[in-house]
Amino acid sequence: MLSMSTNNSSYNDQGGADSAVEIGQETTPTSNSGAGFGLFSTDFKKNDDLKEMLENNKESLKLEAMKRIVGLIAKGKNASELFPAVVKNVASKNIELKKLVYVYLVRYAEEQQDLALLSISTFQRALKDPNQLIRASALRVLSSIRVPIIIPIMMLAIKEAASDMSPYVRKTSAHAIQKLYSLDPDQKEHLIEVIEKLLKDKSTLVAGSVVMAFEEVCPERIDLIHKNYRKLCNLLVDVEEWGQVVIISMLTRYARTQFTSPWREDGVFDENSERAFYESDEEKTRDDTEIKPYTMDPDHRLLLRNTKPLLQSRNTAVVMSVAQLYWHLAPRNEVSIVTKSLVRLLRSHREVQYIVLQNIATMSIQRKGMFEPYMKSFYVRSTDATHIKSLKLEILTNLANEANISTILREFQTYVKSQDKQFAAGTIQAIGRCATNISEVTDTCLNGLVLLLSNRDETVVAESVVVIKKLLQAQPSQHSDIIKHMAKLLDNITVSMARASILWLIGEYCERVPKIAPDVLRKMAKSFTSEEDIVKLQTVNLAAKLYLTNSKQTKLLTQYILNLGKYDQNYDIRDRTRFIRQLIVPNEKSGALSKYARRILLAPKPAPVLESAYKDRDRYQLGTLSHTINTKASGYLELSDWPAVAPDQSVRNVEVIEPVKEWAPSLGKTGKSKPAKSSDDKFYSDSGEEEEDEKGSGTSSSNDGSSSSSAGLSLCLCVPPPGPVLYLPETYSPSDLRHCVDIGFVKQLLFRVSGYLHVFRSVTVSYVVPFVPQEVKLQKEVSLLDLDDCELTDVKPWSVLSPSLLTDLEGLSLSNISTMQVSGPAFVPEKSHNLLHRMTGKGLAAQYQFTRQPCLYQPNMVSVQISLTNTSDHRLEQIHIGERSPAGLKIHCFNTIEFLEPDASVTVSMGIDFNDSTQAANFQLCTKEDQFSVSIQPAVGDLFLAVTMTEQDFRKEQGKLQGMNECSATITVTAENTSSQPLNRRVAAMANVGVVPSGQDNVHRFAGKTACSGAVLLVTVELRESSAAVITINTEKSVMGSMLLRDLKKSLAQA
Amino acid sequence: MIHSLFLVNSSGDIFLEKHWKSVVSRSVCDYFFEAQERASEPENVPPVIPTPHHYLISVLRHRIYFVAVIQSEVPPLFVIEFLHRVVDTFQDYFGVCTEAAIKDNVVVVYELLEEMLDNGFPLATESNILKELIKPPTILRTVVNTITGSTNVGEQLPTGQLSVVPWRRTGVKYTNNEAYFDVVEEIDAIIDKSGSTITAEIQGVIDACVKLTGMPDLTLSFMNPRLLDDVSFHPCVRFKRWEAERILSFIPPDGNFRLLSYHVSSQNLVAIPVYVKHNITFREGSSQGRFELTLGPKQTMGKGVEAVLVNSQLPRGVLNTNLNPSQGTYTFDPVTKLLTWDVGKINPQKLPSLKGSMSLQAGASKPDENPTINIQFKIQQSALSGLKVNRLDMYGEKYKPFKGIKYMTKAGKFQVRT
Repeated sequence: MLSMSTNNSSYNDQGGADSAVEIGQETTPTSNSGAGFGLFSTDFKKNDDLKEMLENNKESLKLEAMKRIVGLIAKGKNASELFPAVVKNVASKNIELKKLVYVYLVRYAEEQQDLALLSISTFQRALKDPNQLIRASALRVLSSIRVPIIIPIMMLAIKEAASDMSPYVRKTSAHAIQKLYSLDPDQKEHLIEVIEKLLKDKSTLVAGSVVMAFEEVCPERIDLIHKNYRKLCNLLVDVEEWGQVVIISMLTRYARTQFTSPWREDGVFDENSERAFYESDEEKTRDDTEIKPYTMDPDHRLLLRNTKPLLQSRNTAVVMSVAQLYWHLAPRNEVSIVTKSLVRLLRSHREVQYIVLQNIATMSIQRKGMFEPYMKSFYVRSTDATHIKSLKLEILTNLANEANISTILREFQTYVKSQDKQFAAGTIQAIGRCATNISEVTDTCLNGLVLLLSNRDETVVAESVVVIKKLLQAQPSQHSDIIKHMAKLLDNITVSMARASILWLIGEYCERVPKIAPDVLRKMAKSFTSEEDIVKLQTVNLAAKLYLTNSKQTKLLTQYILNLGKYDQNYDIRDRTRFIRQLIVPNEKSGALSKYARRILLAPKPAPVLESAYKDRDRYQLGTLSHTINTKASGYLELSDWPAVAPDQSVRNVEVIEPVKEWAPSLGKTGKSKPAKSSDDKFYSDSGEEEEDEKGSGTSSSNDGSSSSSAGLSLCLCVPPPGPVLYLPETYSPSDLRHCVDIGFVKQLLFRVSGYLHVFRSVTVSYVVPFVPQEVKLQKEVSLLDLDDCELTDVKPWSVLSPSLLTDLEGLSLSNISTMQVSGPAFVPEKSHNLLHRMTGKGLAAQYQFTRQPCLYQPNMVSVQISLTNTSDHRLEQIHIGERSPAGLKIHCFNTIEFLEPDASVTVSMGIDFNDSTQAANFQLCTKEDQFSVSIQPAVGDLFLAVTMTEQDFRKEQGKLQGMNECSATITVTAENTSSQPLNRRVAAMANVGVVPSGQDNVHRFAGKTACSGAVLLVTVELRESSAAVITINTEKSVMGSMLLRDLKKSLAQA
Repeated sequence: MIHSLFLVNSSGDIFLEKHWKSVVSRSVCDYFFEAQERASEPENVPPVIPTPHHYLISVLRHRIYFVAVIQSEVPPLFVIEFLHRVVDTFQDYFGVCTEAAIKDNVVVVYELLEEMLDNGFPLATESNILKELIKPPTILRTVVNTITGSTNVGEQLPTGQLSVVPWRRTGVKYTNNEAYFDVVEEIDAIIDKSGSTITAEIQGVIDACVKLTGMPDLTLSFMNPRLLDDVSFHPCVRFKRWEAERILSFIPPDGNFRLLSYHVSSQNLVAIPVYVKHNITFREGSSQGRFELTLGPKQTMGKGVEAVLVNSQLPRGVLNTNLNPSQGTYTFDPVTKLLTWDVGKINPQKLPSLKGSMSLQAGASKPDENPTINIQFKIQQSALSGLKVNRLDMYGEKYKPFKGIKYMTKAGKFQVRT
């Protein structure tokens, strides 16, 4: 019967939980299956039945019982008396049952130490299990049992696990270190040995956990990090996200002790230091450091460079930790790269916003400029939580300066009216702060605040009074009107802080309002007994000050108030009264002090400084708990100051382990059996040492030199593959072509085989090119793809290539929704422009021509064809592209031309990203000996790509591009241009646009899109009678539109 | 790091606790309850609360507070991010993350928490790894388990845990190979009284649902990658490739995941898709207020504006409203003063409007501030920024996958001040 009913409940997953609820007897019984028990059972009985179930032979019953017990634990109920029954099942074969027993054991072992020992032998056995998951979980549980007697066993287990084959088990052992340490700090020395060993581990899985253990056990042993520093930096990208956070914060501390400050006043530092990495790590640029004022240690730069990509992490904690690393370690001019990412985090959950805003608040005090461009991201929304609102307010106030104050104040005006009165009050304080910080707006703010005094809401008025008080104190001279106004307010305001402030103001400036002050005192005397303490204190103050300045009128009033104060309930007030009386009323007992009463009470007081609550938060490391709560949290590790002289940097040097021998034997196996796997490994790491060996197996056997970390990659590509044909992929889809044509067929082959290479495309180009000619000879049928090949000058590559490739592209295009298709140009102008005259080029002549084809290198580039001719009498060698300007100009260069014989010429193509502007692209054309500055000036029409679309789509697009996006002109066309064919040619010659079929004879339509941004361009030419025509251009890029319109006008008007 | 976790429901009961180190008494939550009482709204509870011996870091989701107990210094975002990940995992496993769902699956919850943290340090948070360790409960599996005696708990270490692509398990097989990408953009805006834009920005995400066999390697390129000003990636995206070529290259996780979130550069002017005409007035001394609201499409790129929902927190002085919507339904809660108008689709020929009067507390003075109007809407098949996916290619596998892409624009925090 019993077993029946429990079986019932196990049919339904709720059973376990529900019956657990039953046992708790906290909530009303809701479950059906447990209701039977509920009638007659007590707590004791319940546990009894659990015990029976656990001792039963049926696993399902045991499991059911354990599930209920876990339910009890989850509810926080005590289930410790079941310990003996549960612990028996620790050796169960059923893995779920075992896991639940583990959960129980970890929870109660501390309370039942003797019984817990029964289970230890099971774990010791499991530690030797062939299954890594079982080994790991045994270690996890063993180390979680907080029983001091087994410390030696734990120690042994940790040491063994630290050299386990499986990185997962090693990771677990790193966690166990911390557990053991918290159980028995005396084991520290032994544990440090294990940490030292694990720090050397090259697995990304272990890195995060061991650094965590390091931080917990021995954060002061910085020396353990030296040898592992570079490895950690390089592994960082591949470590799991939680580990990244821990490693970054440890490295921040490390860097502050090992490198000199990059925050020099002169701020110039040597960026070239980066090069040092790529060379051997051993030869350091130490000599340079002595000569130059500041050279960033290459290791310092390494850290900054390797953490930067993590700003793009989806994990907010990682982004924040990189941001704090930059804040604390980067040169001043580089810190601002974190801004964007921090602002991005503001889109995240409320709690994330809170922490990020706090950190931004601290940062914005020191570095306004960092966040000023993003000011609008801090505008308050009515749906924000109150603490978010006040943080945003804080940041806006910090960002306020002369230039943006009017915008900010306008925004503040909205906030003052907010229904959230606490927030409105905060805004008023913020206005006050702006007013003191920016003197230009002090008066404006003050007037605004005075207006607020007539507000209906009391908190707003009170806050305004308090702020006005502070402002007036800064410059009281011209504001006696405001003081009078406030004196009048006293009758209506009930908020004690505001009343106290007004009283203080009147007392302080009683000489400016001689008539009003005594009257105010009179009123206060009447209501004294019913006032709040703070108001009473200020009343006493006011009375004292008036007594000193105007004793004739106020003597009696003062005495009355002092008498009231003498018998007040509050001891502060009694105390103050007694003190004031002695001070101001001369009598025989009063000492020397009363002589100075006037100087004491009416001393000029310095104006309060209104400053941010986040002013002093920067003493804590950003992103830490201590920073958030603004007190030192336990376990907070101070960030040390930069050392004046950098400690020896050679301590970080590591012997480079030659990986060649390690991988050589396994080459055949891994290379063939699991090529996909090994290339997978490569994708995500380009400089991790440990992957170095696999890198070799992925490519070919020829890369004998891939030893040192970063050099490895380039080396393995340098060496020509011995048999290129071997690399022919079995299949390559047309879609591959698009990715590969840029560097030629060789590239594609390499790309297909060693899948990872494409990650390094930019690196590979120069190395691969030398083999192009041989490859092409071998593979005649594909030679037409080799646009860059110097031997193919007579072929017009584009015209051959584009149709087939484009159809492929079309077929594969994802954007089926778009009806626009890039088409070939309607007309390619033959005209070529001079790039370099042979005289200035010392024999090298160059001409360029716009091919008007979509650029294959990158869709947003314009493709340009350059023909180079050698008119000199000697060979020109190594023709390539050198420096370019503007600096950000993106050019897809042609590959270096090794040599050009006299009178030979070669045509190459390149891609230039003009960024949709007609600004000339300037660059240097270099030969071996010379450099010539040249420039390519595009006509506006060449920046488009022809597009085909239907008339219907054209109309639809045109409908979207009205107003600002439209420009038109009426012109008189010459007679020959009135028929459609010449007209089409004229337009097509002027701009690279496609003809749109038109239903009307007199309307001609053309469509294109800009190369860079892909903005649609629509041209309509409507012929009217008597050779008039209206040209209309619709495009988002209105500048380009009007330029094109000008050109078209000229072109159509001329014969 | 994380010492203990308490789950607190909206009425202030602790309904689940879990300890990773020695047990912390649940009385530590009293500090939390204190803060909860002080806060006027549930959202106003501070996320970090210091107590004499511990620190409480909490997140609020689905009206459940997840309160983590911390004993020493740790980056607060680390804990917050982790707690959110826990919620996401629960949602992934149980479909919803409610008190009832957690109570019903308390054993799975416990097993999950056990795997997610070891000694307070995150161990496995990738959903595919967790799913191999602990299978999500389904009715079928529960029945099968009872009959066969098999369990929800995996016996082998998940392959992903050890590989460099921990987000993908090996041996994935599908008969239909599909990859779907949703480009969803949200527009955040503040519009002022006169209808001019104070601030407007576009944030977007690309959510993917990839069901592909084997180890596919995908590349996704955009027509206009320049639009993306700031991006954050799923760990699977190769950053180097993006830096160099603005191409997303990745081995996708199996199933649903967020590939990318981005921010569109603020230099580009943002087209505001809807406009609001409003006339909300309270007259001094009168117990009546006027309320008029008309919505209309503005720059919608020819697409219809759907699922429009307007809500507004009216001032406290408003007792009731008597409004007349030209379409849709409206509700007004006299307790919270929240006005909600479910508009539906905007018909450009016949603009939806909501007109009528509000009755105010007699004798009370007129409210200072006019209410802010929050608008939600959707525009299908278009991404407001104009972001377009150029193409998607697959390498590494031989089959032809079915590819699809969908664009959508939504209102994020879209507020109109009146």
